[in-house]
Amino acid sequence: MMIRFYLDGQLVEVDVKPTDTLLKVLVDKLGLTSVHYGCGEGSCGACMVLVDDKLRYSCLTFAASVNDKKVTTVAGLLSDHELSPLQKKFVENNAAQCGYCTPGMVLVAKALLDKNPSPSDEEIFDALAGNLCRCTGYVPIVKAVKSAARR
Amino acid sequence: MAKLVGVAVKRKEDPRLVKGESVYVDDIRLPGMLYAVFVRSPHAHARIKSLDVSAARRVRGVAAVYTGKDLQGKVGSQVVETIMDEKRFVQRQPLAVDVVKFVGEPVAVVVAEDLYTARDAAELVQVEYEPLPAVVDPEKALEKDSPRVHETLEDNVCYRWRRVYGDVEKLFKEADEVVETRLVIQRLAPSAMEPRGVVAHYDGYNRMLTVWSSTQFPHRLRTWISTSLNMAENRVRVIAPEVGGGFGSKLNHYPEEVIIPYLAIKLGRPVKWFENRSENLSATTHGRDMIANVSAAVKRTGEILAVRLKLLADLGAYSYVYTQDNPIMAARMIQGCYMIQGLDLEVIGVYTNKMATDAYRGAGRPEASYIIERTVDAVARRLGMDPAEVRRRNFIPAEKLPYKTLTGFVYDSGDYAKALDTLLAAADYEGLKKMRDEHRKQGRYLGIGLSTFIEVCNFSYQSASVRVEPSGKTLVFTSTSPHGQGEETAFAQIVSDALGVSIDDVQVIHGDTLAIPYGWGTAGSWTLTSGGNAILNACKQIRQKMVAIAAHHLECSPEDIEVEDGRFFVKDAPEKGVSFEEVAAMAYDPEKLPEGVEMGLAATSFYNPDLTFPYGAYLALVEVFPETGEVEVKKAFLVNDVGKVVNPMLVEGQIHGGAVQALGQALYEEVVYGENGALLTSSFADYLLPSATEIPEMVLQRMETPAPNPLGTKGVGELATIGFTQAIVNAVEDALSPLGIRIEKTPLTPYRVWSLANMGQRR
Repeated sequence: MMIRFYLDGQLVEVDVKPTDTLLKVLVDKLGLTSVHYGCGEGSCGACMVLVDDKLRYSCLTFAASVNDKKVTTVAGLLSDHELSPLQKKFVENNAAQCGYCTPGMVLVAKALLDKNPSPSDEEIFDALAGNLCRCTGYVPIVKAVKSAARR
Repeated sequence: MAKLVGVAVKRKEDPRLVKGESVYVDDIRLPGMLYAVFVRSPHAHARIKSLDVSAARRVRGVAAVYTGKDLQGKVGSQVVETIMDEKRFVQRQPLAVDVVKFVGEPVAVVVAEDLYTARDAAELVQVEYEPLPAVVDPEKALEKDSPRVHETLEDNVCYRWRRVYGDVEKLFKEADEVVETRLVIQRLAPSAMEPRGVVAHYDGYNRMLTVWSSTQFPHRLRTWISTSLNMAENRVRVIAPEVGGGFGSKLNHYPEEVIIPYLAIKLGRPVKWFENRSENLSATTHGRDMIANVSAAVKRTGEILAVRLKLLADLGAYSYVYTQDNPIMAARMIQGCYMIQGLDLEVIGVYTNKMATDAYRGAGRPEASYIIERTVDAVARRLGMDPAEVRRRNFIPAEKLPYKTLTGFVYDSGDYAKALDTLLAAADYEGLKKMRDEHRKQGRYLGIGLSTFIEVCNFSYQSASVRVEPSGKTLVFTSTSPHGQGEETAFAQIVSDALGVSIDDVQVIHGDTLAIPYGWGTAGSWTLTSGGNAILNACKQIRQKMVAIAAHHLECSPEDIEVEDGRFFVKDAPEKGVSFEEVAAMAYDPEKLPEGVEMGLAATSFYNPDLTFPYGAYLALVEVFPETGEVEVKKAFLVNDVGKVVNPMLVEGQIHGGAVQALGQALYEEVVYGENGALLTSSFADYLLPSATEIPEMVLQRMETPAPNPLGTKGVGELATIGFTQAIVNAVEDALSPLGIRIEKTPLTPYRVWSLANMGQRR
């Protein structure tokens, strides 16, 4: 079946099977490097995307369900190839090491701050709880989110 | 231009990572590429009665299906670097032929036009198994009537290793007390966020095999592939693209890394394989899984005279590259930072029907530190002494360094007592103890745990090639293979200082065997010291040449040239100068060169480091809730001496991340096999990694004793993982001390802690 959706601001049309996951379509069919397979079961968040501004594990989302919707990956936060202020905070705080979980972490931070521009520490920890990072110990990620928050 | 070594320079790697532009192995797509899926054993031990691939072969889109028999004689075995006992070594086949020996062992591989066709076809491979008795408990594996993992051997022992240092018997006779402990270190899964993957492409015209692998060791992997496939090493190219973490699990030589290249050659098309998470948890190497029985001979004053260690290491079914090595390293580092006079060390490596254990962040040193630091606490408890005091009584004094340990290591530099003093001051130890005691009176279970520990690193040599192009832009090729540690930045800082080039003009290249001279890759906390010193040496050669060219141009002698802010100038006439870029251009202009100086600006250097010994002193403050079994790590104080620091931000990153992996070991993570060898933790729903909500406040402090090498660096990658686990476990034991509870086994899950606190397992 053909579906169409806005991917990082661009309209795409793609032929999918009803059983295809969004992750499969984004990575295998559309060749995106901004979404990563980590566990395939919604435990790690490496595949996270925003669907109409809501966080989704793309490994657990049917591609067909995003028809006519807006899908944002971390690449969609760039403006004119430049880092967004939030992404810059990740760099300033050393919040990435191997980088595999980073796109998901940035999107979680965005979703949180869009909804709640000045979250408490507790709210930041809770927001990040669905995303695993094996490198950083989370400390700099929390710092990055904090520094991007409105005080 | 200010010096950059020592400065928290932002990472050069980050923009591509936070933009989502990095290319990991799964992002590699080649025209005509096929996808491979492995059929794996669901049994821990079984005879393959029949294997029928005909239905899978008939699926439209399937290019080929291979079994173990198909590959026999064509694809060599994986390479094992350390073999302790040739007679007890069992060489495996890349795909099992007659018998499978652990859950996840591959028995067949399906190659198809796309991943999903390959997966569906893999389901159609019919394997009839005759289950055999399996052994999963390493102590049971030593029993006479245990099932045998390998029927060609008379028992399950892979090797026995024993060394005695000093007059241990005499020292035990002199002891006032003998303190015995038993410690069970669980099996762990390294769990890099990116699973393993391989893409292989054979260019028949140029007879060149290119393999992209999510590996820590590109050159070693090239050697191993060329050995297994009997190909000339200069016809194999290994590329490590962006690698999403390794922690030791990607420094190995896996069957998939031989089979996928073979398939690409055989089928004449590129082939990709990318592991899923349950494969990662079942068929990527595990770590730790050792049982230590320790007795310590001690004086009433707290002095530890001698230690007897019996270490039983569960190796799994087959030896991987360093499987047999890690337990020996654990035994050899058991002395820690203490003046122990005698050691009696026995290591038994035993086969079981499980995945192999191999390097996992620390590889032998976390076990060593855990065992001795838990033992020191047991000594303190027996003698009724403060654990800090027992440590102080036993430290190797700073003035004795460099110090040769009983097992022959030479500790290079440092001050272990000062590290502990720094820690206790930072944490306000006396104040914490008071607070703990007050809480105890109110029925709350707070505990304080210490760990003063040492690491050994820098086991390998590395290469570096540095090229300054005519424009002054600089390329650095390193045989290290960083995958998150940030050395593209640290190396660029070193080059910028050494040459006087802007850091923005330095490009660090790693992970391509075609471009880079041979070296070991990244592991063992060695990248900065071994790779960085190689780079520094290459830069020194280039700098010398640039100074000669500048002197020639400025008509002075090379000794009169100074370099600052990217400019070469005459010491006594600073207005007479020439820029870095101008000198670079002159190096490629025969008219501008002094006599006898060869054209160009390129240098290659190899550096084989002396071992270095970073160390630290850690404290964990925990609260235990006996009603629920929950352990909360409230605060951590971490004092580290990693030698000279090139980039403090990167060092902090390694300490934070390493400490949280140790936290996972102490409280959450465990690979569990059922009695029949079924893997019970094959997803992140069952194998619990720490998440953001479990992170304690961490206070970091630094000591900086330069190591005796040109950079003065020691190493940091594994340090906190080596040091922190036992601080937490010691703290939990301290918290539960009113109940008289001893902890034998980790992780300290709520269930285990609750059972200890409530089921009368007291001593």
